[in-house]
Amino acid sequence: MTATSERSVPKPEFTDAEAGAKVFPDSNSRQYNYFKAQKRKQSHYEDVTVEVQPDPRHYLSQGWLYGFADGKGGYPLEWTVLKAWGSDRPVPERGPGSGGQGYEWPAHGWHEFRDPNEEWELTLYRYNANVVRQLNQNVEAARQAKAFEQWNQNWVDFVARHVGAWMHVDHGLGLYLFANANRRAPTNMHNNAISVNSMHRIRSAQDLALYNLTLTEEIEGFDGTAHLSTWNDDPAWAGVHETAEQLTGVWDWCEAIFAANVVFEPLVGELFRSNLVQQAAPANGDFVTPTLVGAAEYDYAERDLRYTKPMFRLLVDDKEFADHNKKIMQQWLSDWVPKCIAAARAMQPLWSQPDARPPRFEDGLDRAKSRFAGILSDLGLQAPKELSQ
Amino acid sequence: MSRQSVAKAHQKIQELSWEPAYHEPVSHYGTDYTFHKAQKKDPLKQVLRSYFPMQEEKDHRVYGAEDGAIRGNMFRQVQERWLEWQKLFLSIIPLPEISAARAMPLLFRTVPNPELHNGQAIQMIDEVRHSTIQQNLKRLYMNNYIDPAGFNSSLRNFQSDYCGTIGRQFAEGFITGDAITAASIYLTIVAETAFTNTLFVAMPAEAAANGDYLLPTVFHSVQSDESRHISNGYATLLMALSDESNHQLLERDLRYAWWNNHRVVDAAIGTFIEYGTKDRRKDRESYAEMWRRWIYDDYYRSYLVPLEKYGLVIPHDLIEEAWNQIWNKGYVHEVAQFFATGWLANYWRIDGMTDKDFEWFEYKYPGWYDKYGKWWENYNRLATPNGHNPIALEDVDYVYPHRCWTCMVPCLVREDMVMDKVDGQWRTYCHEACRWTDAEAFRPTYMGRNTPNMGKLIGSREWETLYHGWNWADVVSDMGFVRDDGKTLVAQPHLNLDPKKMWTLDHLRRCPPLQSPNVLLNEMNDEQRAAFVADYNRQGPAGRPARATA
Repeated sequence: MTATSERSVPKPEFTDAEAGAKVFPDSNSRQYNYFKAQKRKQSHYEDVTVEVQPDPRHYLSQGWLYGFADGKGGYPLEWTVLKAWGSDRPVPERGPGSGGQGYEWPAHGWHEFRDPNEEWELTLYRYNANVVRQLNQNVEAARQAKAFEQWNQNWVDFVARHVGAWMHVDHGLGLYLFANANRRAPTNMHNNAISVNSMHRIRSAQDLALYNLTLTEEIEGFDGTAHLSTWNDDPAWAGVHETAEQLTGVWDWCEAIFAANVVFEPLVGELFRSNLVQQAAPANGDFVTPTLVGAAEYDYAERDLRYTKPMFRLLVDDKEFADHNKKIMQQWLSDWVPKCIAAARAMQPLWSQPDARPPRFEDGLDRAKSRFAGILSDLGLQAPKELSQ
Repeated sequence: MSRQSVAKAHQKIQELSWEPAYHEPVSHYGTDYTFHKAQKKDPLKQVLRSYFPMQEEKDHRVYGAEDGAIRGNMFRQVQERWLEWQKLFLSIIPLPEISAARAMPLLFRTVPNPELHNGQAIQMIDEVRHSTIQQNLKRLYMNNYIDPAGFNSSLRNFQSDYCGTIGRQFAEGFITGDAITAASIYLTIVAETAFTNTLFVAMPAEAAANGDYLLPTVFHSVQSDESRHISNGYATLLMALSDESNHQLLERDLRYAWWNNHRVVDAAIGTFIEYGTKDRRKDRESYAEMWRRWIYDDYYRSYLVPLEKYGLVIPHDLIEEAWNQIWNKGYVHEVAQFFATGWLANYWRIDGMTDKDFEWFEYKYPGWYDKYGKWWENYNRLATPNGHNPIALEDVDYVYPHRCWTCMVPCLVREDMVMDKVDGQWRTYCHEACRWTDAEAFRPTYMGRNTPNMGKLIGSREWETLYHGWNWADVVSDMGFVRDDGKTLVAQPHLNLDPKKMWTLDHLRRCPPLQSPNVLLNEMNDEQRAAFVADYNRQGPAGRPARATA
């Protein structure tokens, strides 16, 4: 006989601590009560997002506790020149016997923004996991079907050089514009949406880089380094290169997002993706590249632009600062449209490189401008005169 | 694409970055450290192609377990004593998580190695994951646990409450001041590498012992990301060490970050684990035992000490002092006693300790009963309203403490309290290390060296100041810690949900007004202040008044 000693484990107990077991004050108050829902009922997205990043204008009674060397803590509203209603009211002063009250929630208009994509962790991982899985399958199916053998040499070079060059735009903006901006906005709803935008761009950059690696392995003579020399030295890319770097150098976080998502993407990004690569690839025997580029296009058109529009529309319609904001945004349009148009025009030689030509550059640019004008119309802004350049 | 090795794929994505040819990226944050560009390896070696599906799979497990917990009526077995403390913990932790996401850009321009930026961007989105997955867990507790009060007002509470303010340092320290001090040394080298072990591993184990297996489900999933973030910090630290001019700053920042993390995290997590549990098996580890294993052995001896040969000056004295505080000076017990003393200003219910708890404490911490037993007996005696005031306002041999200006935990180990006049104000500090942090480290010069990028301690750091002279009923109303009948307090010093046994604003109305210790201190003359310090240093343990001198 072997003796078994009793193992030391916690003993479960019946506690009956489940909802509804007793009635007492608050026993049925089962929703977060510190913010007002945008719609009739609080959404799951709002519950996991709103108010995580505090604001001394409403609840933060002891104020920010740590500051930069200039004494500013938290998320200063003046990190952008745009303003939402209430922005000019001073932060409530608290001192001996003041109590902790601030302004009534939300205290200012920045807190009214909600991401229409309702991004939080569950949604962002589902979405991006689906994208990478589908892209992997597409590329793998093409590899097994020896689809790359159908490509002519000019198209092989085009993909190596020019499709490859776009990875740098995605990477640079993803990290140094969008990820950087996730520290800058005054609410959690803004910063979460911006950080998800950042991951779309970084993922898309990696999608292109790893596709480039596959093609290097699969196509004899595919130059897996050509994207680097194209990005750095090809005059057709110099305008895009310079504009991308300029975008990462913008101090004001709203201007950076506005210039990238409202101006650069429709005039340069969509021009390149939808009006060049997507149009040229099929006629050159390539059904794979459009699936990668199409994923990036969906990221922008259906997710990133989708949050950008209400973010700025709120400011355009702001009950206190609409004119102030519109004036600044119009100025940003005047600053960025010429840069982006120039970058787009510099890319024109790309249109004549594939054997099977895409529709004319000017037609593509017209479509991009028309799309851009539609976005401005949605935002209640005027197309700047520089658009006709 | 799918057949490539991780190493090859990772090597390829190194081609993505480029040296600016026309314009430099914006530089929003400063540092007094010096970094030199050098080829570095991204320690995370994470490619998004595999990262997103991996995280999605982890989510499947987490959300599957959450469904299972609800279907299996987990809350019929959850200990209320435990879940009540989660009202504090889960109100705090989503902010540090999201602040860690916001902290990553502080490193982009200050650490000029693009190879490291990929890992930092992935850490950013990991932290968005953590913050929202934890908010979601709290939402589940709110919907399914017997008492939603305190969960339902969670983030407002956290932002108004003195305990929330203590926890908020663990977030704000990541995102302001010198970029390397904040986002690298405080966040990744100390908070993540040392203290997430107790936060995300030791504490969830205790949750499971109290019938809650969702906290371990969520937090172990979180911790599996933390281990990658630790590599981020290590890579940056090695780069900082390669320039000797950084060594003095590293020494400063390690001292500050270590001591502040000890004061803040050990106060909170130690209390949750020791005073929030019903598991009193003698062979279960105490917080002190866990700390010795996870922090002293795994972090200090295995991680920090080997870095000494690279020139890192390790704060051996403060590490030993933290242990001394926990083991010899009863730091966690003093904090738990204070949280319970101040129950009326909280937003959760605190269960009293029973004979079974006393026995366990005495076994794990010999001498515990002599110090704290009587006070907890008084706590139980005064738990339900019966014509008396809350324990903080009754004579139970406890002197209401002054607050530490730096860590904002009260000065509970009375003999260690120091006082200094800083920025024209008399301030109390719980320990010399906290005085040094405020008066010497967080300054534009440090030991004669210009440190223009160092941050500042700001804000109304003593909570009581805001309510100096207020009636307690008005204080609690102002903070919003009142239930939906408009009078019953969210906080209670017991777990009885019978409305007749619960404290209301009416009970507080008859209490004497709240007095700010710091306001009173600044009203004293020099002689009175000297006498105050001398008396305070002779108080304790367990907050007892100083014994009369012979």
